[in-house]
Amino acid sequence: MNLSVRVDQVSLEERASALATRSLKKASKVFGLRLAVSMMDLTTLEGKDTDGKVEALCYKAMLPSPRDRTVGHCAAVCVYPNLVSVAKRTLRDSGVLAASVATAFPSGQSPLDVKLHDVRRAVEFGADEIDMVIDRGAMLSGDYAKVFDEIAAVKQACGAAHLKVILETGELGSYDVVRRASDIAMSAGGDFIKTSTGKVQPAATPAVTLLMLHAIADHYRKTGKRVGMKPAGGVRTAKQALQYLVLVKETLGDAWLSPNLFRFGASALLNDVLMQLEKERTGLYPSIDDFSKD
Amino acid sequence: MGNQIVNGRDASASPSKNADRDRLEFGNAWAYAPSLESTDHIRIPARHELFIGGKWQAPKSGVYFDSTSPSTDEKLSEFAEANAEDVDLAVQAARTAYDKYWGKMRGSERAKYIFRIARAIQEKTRELAIIESMDGGKPIKESRDVDMPLSAAHYFYHAGWADKLEYAFQGRKARPLGVAAQIIPWNFPFLMAAWKIAPALACGNTVVLKPAETTPLSAMWLAKIFEEIELPPGVVNIVTGAGATGEALARHPGVNKVAFTGSTDVGKKIQALLAGTKKRLTLELGGKAANIIFADAAIDQAIEGIIGGIYFNQGHVCCAGSRLLVEESIHDLVVDKLRDRIATIRIGNPLDKNTDIGAINSRKQLDKITRLADAGERDGATRFATKCDLPAKGNWFPPTFFTGVSQSSVIAREEIFGPVLAVMTFRTPEEALEKANNTMYGLSAGVWTDKGAKSLWMSQRLNAGVIWSNTYNKFDPSAPFGGFKESGFGREGGRQGLRGYVEID
Repeated sequence: MNLSVRVDQVSLEERASALATRSLKKASKVFGLRLAVSMMDLTTLEGKDTDGKVEALCYKAMLPSPRDRTVGHCAAVCVYPNLVSVAKRTLRDSGVLAASVATAFPSGQSPLDVKLHDVRRAVEFGADEIDMVIDRGAMLSGDYAKVFDEIAAVKQACGAAHLKVILETGELGSYDVVRRASDIAMSAGGDFIKTSTGKVQPAATPAVTLLMLHAIADHYRKTGKRVGMKPAGGVRTAKQALQYLVLVKETLGDAWLSPNLFRFGASALLNDVLMQLEKERTGLYPSIDDFSKD
Repeated sequence: MGNQIVNGRDASASPSKNADRDRLEFGNAWAYAPSLESTDHIRIPARHELFIGGKWQAPKSGVYFDSTSPSTDEKLSEFAEANAEDVDLAVQAARTAYDKYWGKMRGSERAKYIFRIARAIQEKTRELAIIESMDGGKPIKESRDVDMPLSAAHYFYHAGWADKLEYAFQGRKARPLGVAAQIIPWNFPFLMAAWKIAPALACGNTVVLKPAETTPLSAMWLAKIFEEIELPPGVVNIVTGAGATGEALARHPGVNKVAFTGSTDVGKKIQALLAGTKKRLTLELGGKAANIIFADAAIDQAIEGIIGGIYFNQGHVCCAGSRLLVEESIHDLVVDKLRDRIATIRIGNPLDKNTDIGAINSRKQLDKITRLADAGERDGATRFATKCDLPAKGNWFPPTFFTGVSQSSVIAREEIFGPVLAVMTFRTPEEALEKANNTMYGLSAGVWTDKGAKSLWMSQRLNAGVIWSNTYNKFDPSAPFGGFKESGFGREGGRQGLRGYVEID
């Protein structure tokens, strides 16, 4: 594994901005927005989460647009381990997956055995996917082996569950470190790499996402393995979502334009996307109150 | 993947050494719908006269020529062909304006007019961008985001110098030359007019401008701006026509200075024409720039620099990075990434906001590009190109690059002025330098490395007027632009650019 792939900040951000100027109209806009809905991990990660809150989110994920049932379901509902069984029970065989954060989310500052136990319990509760956090302290202090070993151990603890590795890019300080963390996460067995917990600013940005997509492309070139990408936090509008999808289309190509390989971690995004879809369908801007706030 | 051709064959069937690896697939799972810039509000007059002495004048020649859109082959408008008599009238008008108003005007007053030009361009950016793309074939995103903002920036920048010339040449008195004859190319019609006109006016000269015969349209809009801001008559005159008009202008004894941007062949003819005359000359000619990628560069960003370096404006750029020198250890990776990257380039209607590469400016230029690319294949190089659907009408050439190019191959030596890149390798910085400098040109170069010391070492030794480090094709009116060797002499932009338009005591 090459841990010194270099990144040029100025050119990276320039490319991300250039791709943001793609103009998506009519059918291509509708296609992109529907795709975005199918890629959404509806997320609630709060101390005040309850069964009722999670159930409401699950209903929303299963049927995002009651007015237009041709809009498919979201990808997953992402919750804390204690609420996984509620999510699982509500989602049943809808096709929407139950995802759980684990490994002492969001800080990751617990002993490895505690983190692994966290993961195993979430899987026992029925989680289809585990969103883990890396040890940013180890990453920043240069203890890459520790970061790698933890991810590998968590992957093992996941069993059949898919593993998304959260790098918390907003804490890593530079694009070079993000790139290194991406390479470590993929080599250690992560099925997805993910920008952020949503608890730290800056969260996902187009530039950091583009950088991680480059890392995924290189990993694919070397190993033939397709790793997924999940920007999380900070993606709020339909327009932004389309811009992220443009990054994916023009960096990784068609195979990644699928919820199997790309997700949005978001809570506020869905209603804006639904509003734009409704506007494209009817030609009229609906009211924000036409959409349920869950 | 079936969307590339290698030496005329489908890439998926080619025995490339990378054929067995899993390739990224850039298909149409999500196609972008056309997003066309509206032209409803654009009214192009059927005929354009000459702009002489602040008036639109029918040519004494009585002859008009057509300008067509290279993306549709449709005729856009007719333009007057200026003969020697017309050129003489234009030079006389410029002389009168110089003697009567402009040469005597205080710098601070000249500045006001130049500021007004800049602001008018900003106000009309969208309209100007559209006609530029219609007439020249360049993608609207470039005319909108590069040509027009940079043009305005050049007028703004030089307006600032108009009353500060004594600070540009400290302790010395700068005087205008008189009448400047300016002959500009077809690749950046409006921007090249700005590069020429802004410093000339700032320094107190008057101008006769000759736009290229395939792209005269935006110069007519510029003339309308001059009318609108009430630039004194004759300060800038615009004569349209082809080579003969340019020659008549360069020959005219009433001209004090000739500034030419274009091909090295024509530049040499102009220089010969002016030998032994009082006329001052600056030339900005061809190039065959080396874009040098070291193994320690940020590769994914370097790829963007390579792409922008060669495919910007269909490769119709004198400073295009048309020779790619790659450190041998990363050659295969870079080629792999280039193949993936060109698969995403969108070629087509220049007025579509998502178009990356527009139309080749003229049939003549398309023939030249085709001929040189074919010669590259005959020289033994391997051709990679996107196999995209090209529009039925107009002039098109897909983004192309060649690997296995020898230093002696025609595609490594001649300026192609199209979207064709020659890829070569090197082993050491010394070898990179030797190969980069091994050309008759010396306009620009790019160096990509994460090591500052290496970048400086290279840039001190590269024989090129402009050197970009970890970027490419960046332009700013404050940065002097110009060449070494057969890429010409004189600089445009910056304090250095003023030198071409003044006599200093």
